[in-house]
Amino acid sequence: MALLEVVDVSKTFPGVKALDGVSFTLQPGEVHALVGENGAGKSTLIKVLTGVYQPDRGEIHYQGQPRSFAAPMDAQRAGISTIYQEVNLIPLMSVAQNLFLGREPRNAVGMIDRGRMEREAREILAEYGVTADVRRRLGTLPLGAQQMVALARAVMIDARVVIMDEPTSSLEPREVQTLFSVIRRLHGQGIGIVYVSHRMDELYEICESVTILRDGRLVHTGRLADLERIELVSLMLGREMSEVRRQGFTEFGGDHETPEGAGPVLRVDGLTSRTKLHDVTFDVRPGEVVGLGGLLGAGRSETIKAIGGAYPLDGGTVEVDGVSLKRPTTERAVKAGIAVQPEDRKAEGIVAGLSVRDNIALAVLSKTSRFGIVSDARIDEIVQRYMSRLRIKASGPDQRVGDLSGGNQQKVLLARLLATGPKVLLLDEPTRGIDVGAKAEVQSLIEELAAEGLGVVLVSSDAEELVEGSDRVVVLRDGAVVGHLTGDRVTTEDLMASIAAAAPESPA
Amino acid sequence: MKTLNAGVPATAGSTGPNGVERTDRTDRIVGLVQRQGALAVLVTVTLVALAVFPDFRSLDNAGTILVAAAPPMLIALGMTFVILTGGIDLSVGSLYVLGGVLAAWASQYGFVYALLVPLAVCGGIGLFNGLLIAYTRMAPFIVTLAALLGARGVMRAISDEGSTTYVVESDAFGTLGTGSLLGIGNQVWLAALLVLIGMVVLARTGFGQSVFALGGSEDAAGLMGVAVRRTKIGVYVLSGLLAGLAGAVNAAKLGSGVTVLGAGMELDAIAAVVIGGTLLTGGAGSIGGTVAGVLLLGVIQNMINQVGDLNSNWQQVISGTFLAVVVVAQTVLNRLRRVH
Repeated sequence: MALLEVVDVSKTFPGVKALDGVSFTLQPGEVHALVGENGAGKSTLIKVLTGVYQPDRGEIHYQGQPRSFAAPMDAQRAGISTIYQEVNLIPLMSVAQNLFLGREPRNAVGMIDRGRMEREAREILAEYGVTADVRRRLGTLPLGAQQMVALARAVMIDARVVIMDEPTSSLEPREVQTLFSVIRRLHGQGIGIVYVSHRMDELYEICESVTILRDGRLVHTGRLADLERIELVSLMLGREMSEVRRQGFTEFGGDHETPEGAGPVLRVDGLTSRTKLHDVTFDVRPGEVVGLGGLLGAGRSETIKAIGGAYPLDGGTVEVDGVSLKRPTTERAVKAGIAVQPEDRKAEGIVAGLSVRDNIALAVLSKTSRFGIVSDARIDEIVQRYMSRLRIKASGPDQRVGDLSGGNQQKVLLARLLATGPKVLLLDEPTRGIDVGAKAEVQSLIEELAAEGLGVVLVSSDAEELVEGSDRVVVLRDGAVVGHLTGDRVTTEDLMASIAAAAPESPA
Repeated sequence: MKTLNAGVPATAGSTGPNGVERTDRTDRIVGLVQRQGALAVLVTVTLVALAVFPDFRSLDNAGTILVAAAPPMLIALGMTFVILTGGIDLSVGSLYVLGGVLAAWASQYGFVYALLVPLAVCGGIGLFNGLLIAYTRMAPFIVTLAALLGARGVMRAISDEGSTTYVVESDAFGTLGTGSLLGIGNQVWLAALLVLIGMVVLARTGFGQSVFALGGSEDAAGLMGVAVRRTKIGVYVLSGLLAGLAGAVNAAKLGSGVTVLGAGMELDAIAAVVIGGTLLTGGAGSIGGTVAGVLLLGVIQNMINQVGDLNSNWQQVISGTFLAVVVVAQTVLNRLRRVH
């Protein structure tokens, strides 16, 4: 008997058919991958399963019985738990309070038993590898630990089904392994797991079966091992396999032309910041994409931020077109022509509550105003230009950015950066958390920009993307440059070798 | 409850032993300052007052301070719950006055009515606030501002623009405001009892945890299964009830429903709550802090009264200064707490 079964479910929002006759079956003890591009209907399906949305049509059977969940609490009580991409706990409350919220242990007179709650929290979390003081505020823990608390909470409530929506997007590799051992254990206990992720390696490592959605419709369901990676990608994208194979996994082409004899557009010399950066030096010529390689915590994001003036430096210089930025600040960096796309676009990039137009306009207010009065016509022109150039899919310039898909949010952010007329573009994980289609578009956009003569610095945890996208790769470890890959040596093997050689004692 | 046995690598969740210990300690110290800062200031100010003003040093004066602080304490208690959810209740000043007038009027029917009528009416207005805020998702500021104006209108209407004064007719009810036990005024006992109950409710009940969760992150709280609407309605009802009770207690003390006092009480209550270390954005704070905040404002008022020739309006200047300092300190402390 299936643990959870969705039969022919449809859900329509104004203007969008988010789910169209989708069926989905989860067996006990099964780890089931749910994949599709952003906007394919994964999130909607999850929200239908967890009682956030009510389906317009179709049925949900849970443990053999037809069920409908009116609210998330209903689904939770029935044993369906969800952990979300962004940790959805209360940062200001303690770790123990978060773990037990809504089902705190009580003493004889019905009051919350703090001591027991903290003791039990410690015991439970130890099994998830979290050793921090459970009385601490959750928000003071590293993201990975917070995610583990969320997982422990989801499993604790006698869950029969655990839905994981991009659970690894904020985890470090070792934390991913901890997560996987927990998943294997849950699998052994007969708990059904719905696993949503964009990361192919993870899917093939942990999932047995797969359901692929595209444009709100079911396109494939079956055993994952029977499906080649390239088949999976082509099913998700709805493109021919031969086409995917020919183009490679990324949209990046060959090397870029650099104008003969051109000096570097960006020179970074001796960046030093206490324990984080040690004498980081490299340069970027116009039309060149320089990758920053290295493991998490190697100093890649810090380097990017430091060049953009958003990270305190103890020493070192940044030069744009031969002009030195004395003590970089974000304002000076922008004026000099440096544009930074931060890693966390929601927190540091877009303004979710503002429209597409206003987000793009933010960067160019000073350029489009005279005596402090903003010219609407000029802003509209700029917004229109970048919306069509970057193929931003929105109902119009006035749509809220928060309502767009991740890929389109990223494009709005890039539009804002480009509108400042930069000479150097610093991209920190430009394709993280966006779907395969948008990823390809962002990658080809980076190509185009480099071809137009922009200097690009690219940070990506996806080795294939880094190698295929970069002309050269600067390898960092513990905040210092430990290798340069150029020419034929820009390959994933050489990158791995360089990182590995740089780390005499392997952390694994 | 499911538990997992061994077999999971003990990795996630620590940034190395030293880093964790340091952030743990910083977190604890900063947390302590946040929670007990108001108390420390209260003790300091009280010690200064004891040293400087001879008249401050009497049991009588201490009693005066406590009795005067009882009604604001009740209002600030309700306000603490509201602010912890991330809301605000501007209607309490008006409800306080309305509660006083209603209590004095209803006292002709006896003790029970003198208490029940203001509680029912003010609790009802709180319920109305809560329902609007929970179901229409209107901003608490606007909803309770409307209630402030509405309640003030009702009070003016039933008191004929303040020209009709209702006198407390029930001796039993009057005792609530004028009597004492062990030399301490009845209303002080009442406030202390309700504060204690409030502390237990906040720390040891599901409702209390929901209040914190709501202020911390409403979306996350909803996904975690917290009854968001019920909790919101609950805090506004509680706030209305306590404001009405404060008004009734004050009427019992004064012997009549006075219609002119009480404007601006809501702002004093908000100030006391924030000075007490509760974040105006919700999610963190304590009733103990609010008690210290209320007493601090009371002691400052009393000190200024001791300086005979000083205009008592200076109290507001000093309270305002304290408020500004506390908000700046809170901002700095929170930043410290988030740093790794």
